[in-house]
Amino acid sequence: MRDFAKNIVNAPAAAKLGMAIIAVFVFAAVFAPVITPYSETEVVGDVWEEVGGQFFLGTDHIGRDLYTRLVYGARNTIAIAFVTTMLSFAVGISGGFLAAIVGGWVDQALSRVVDILMAIPILIFALMILSVLGTSVTTLIVVIALLDSTRVYRLSRAVAMNVEVMDYVEVARLRGEGIWYLMRYEVLPNTLAPMVAEFGLRFCFVFLFISSLSFLGLGIQPPTADWGSMVRENVSGFDFGIMKALMPALAIAFLTIGVNLVVDWFLQKTSGIKDE
Amino acid sequence: MILRIVAQRLALGLLTLFVVSLIIFLGVEALPGDLAQAILGQSATPETVAAFRRELGLDLPPHVRYLDWLGGMIQGDLGTSLANGRKISDLIGIRLTNTLFLALYAAIVAVPVAVALGILAALYRESWYDKIISMATLSTISFPEFFVGYILIAVFAVQLEVFPSIANVSPEMPFWTRVYVVALPALTLTFVVVAHMMRMTRAAIVNLLMSPYIEMATLKGLRRPRIIIKHALPNALSPIINVIVINLAFLVVGVVVVEVVFVYPGLGQLLVDSVSSRDLPVVQASCLIFAATYVLLNLIADILSIVSNPRMLHPK
Repeated sequence: MRDFAKNIVNAPAAAKLGMAIIAVFVFAAVFAPVITPYSETEVVGDVWEEVGGQFFLGTDHIGRDLYTRLVYGARNTIAIAFVTTMLSFAVGISGGFLAAIVGGWVDQALSRVVDILMAIPILIFALMILSVLGTSVTTLIVVIALLDSTRVYRLSRAVAMNVEVMDYVEVARLRGEGIWYLMRYEVLPNTLAPMVAEFGLRFCFVFLFISSLSFLGLGIQPPTADWGSMVRENVSGFDFGIMKALMPALAIAFLTIGVNLVVDWFLQKTSGIKDE
Repeated sequence: MILRIVAQRLALGLLTLFVVSLIIFLGVEALPGDLAQAILGQSATPETVAAFRRELGLDLPPHVRYLDWLGGMIQGDLGTSLANGRKISDLIGIRLTNTLFLALYAAIVAVPVAVALGILAALYRESWYDKIISMATLSTISFPEFFVGYILIAVFAVQLEVFPSIANVSPEMPFWTRVYVVALPALTLTFVVVAHMMRMTRAAIVNLLMSPYIEMATLKGLRRPRIIIKHALPNALSPIINVIVINLAFLVVGVVVVEVVFVYPGLGQLLVDSVSSRDLPVVQASCLIFAATYVLLNLIADILSIVSNPRMLHPK
């Protein structure tokens, strides 16, 4: 724990900036009801009220408080993206490790299925499935997680392949440990660093992807506040020179940059330790 | 030897295309409930539903319908839209040309810029120029496509008023007017792909510059530009071409969001509209076109990188 704190103190400025951004967003997401003056979907004022007046960031296209919507947007967007990424990793890592440890036809079957699924662009695939199943939050999470898990599978299989040939895995095998034990206690701890970094990157991808879907009107549905759909809703203001649609878009960009900065630092750090 | 590898890739590509078409067909087939019922609504009488099923050909077994559908697709008969009963090929034809125009436009701007910037970044590695480039790539990778699009609209359409914010094209529009009208969407796509292409180009060249034969050339006292152009570039060509074509494939898909931002009458816009209205035959047809283009471009990337690899060209 002290090492952890020391690492953060010694991190380069860019990584600290990234951590600060993430901390602010997570704080907003967790304490959304406490730090906002209104409720998520309440109409509180006139349409397009200006920034800095009675309302901190003004109001949106139907008179809801934009600041409140942004904070709740953090909550909804980040939570959904996080759950999706977790599910994607649970599926992808299990599959990837299983393929690497068991090998043989299991590996062949899983890898060929993944190859085919990856041949279709993820957006097109998702649009097709959503047109059939409709766009509820659960469908969204499961569909994106499954599509994204193919990418996680590829990486975790490749990383696990390198670990799987190690002597200590061989020892565990000879000791008669089961597949679950090998996956959980031999392979996972030794692949943690690349997996954590990948988690950051995949989170960004999923987060951007869900925002794009919401922007297209096919993701998280109104009146739920979500950054992608907020851009879509407020774009009509462009005709009057009102740039409020850029605020949620900027929030998306900030969070992605923050995560990327931290991942970059983490990658450099963990790969540095390995070289020594 | 090289022919055999290329033939193998081609066969694999065709197989992938086949399976992709199967997935697209079965994906809609697995629709919970009945398509005819879903379109007609709950109040329809069983007779109307049955008649409509016959009209759609839903009473035939799945494999017959799949072959029918695939055969139609290959011959350019894409079926009819559920929303307005028009032939899908009429709906798609002009939109497909529009989408290809936009993607090609963006590619023509993006590829030379990305490769040039990537080579420069590799040459002046660790300099301030390289650092600015890597910061810029990080930020463009982090921005969603629609953000880049709206920023460009905010600056060039709303503030400076030099380009139109809505890319409204029509078939009879003269070429240069079209180039002007589509400038902002093309620029948006360029921003999105340049970063990745540049980064990969830089990585490919930096990788090569570490290799012993480049060190040899340096020790021999050759000048840097000569080393890069004469010694490094031919070997970097294969990965660079690969990156370019993969990004073209990415462009074709990235087009979807950008078309919606600029209300551009392309295939992506049609796909998004059809998904909202659940016009499944149109969704199937456009998904198949997008997926096939993507698969084909990736296949071309594979084949080109085999063909342009000096080691493959001159086997021992």
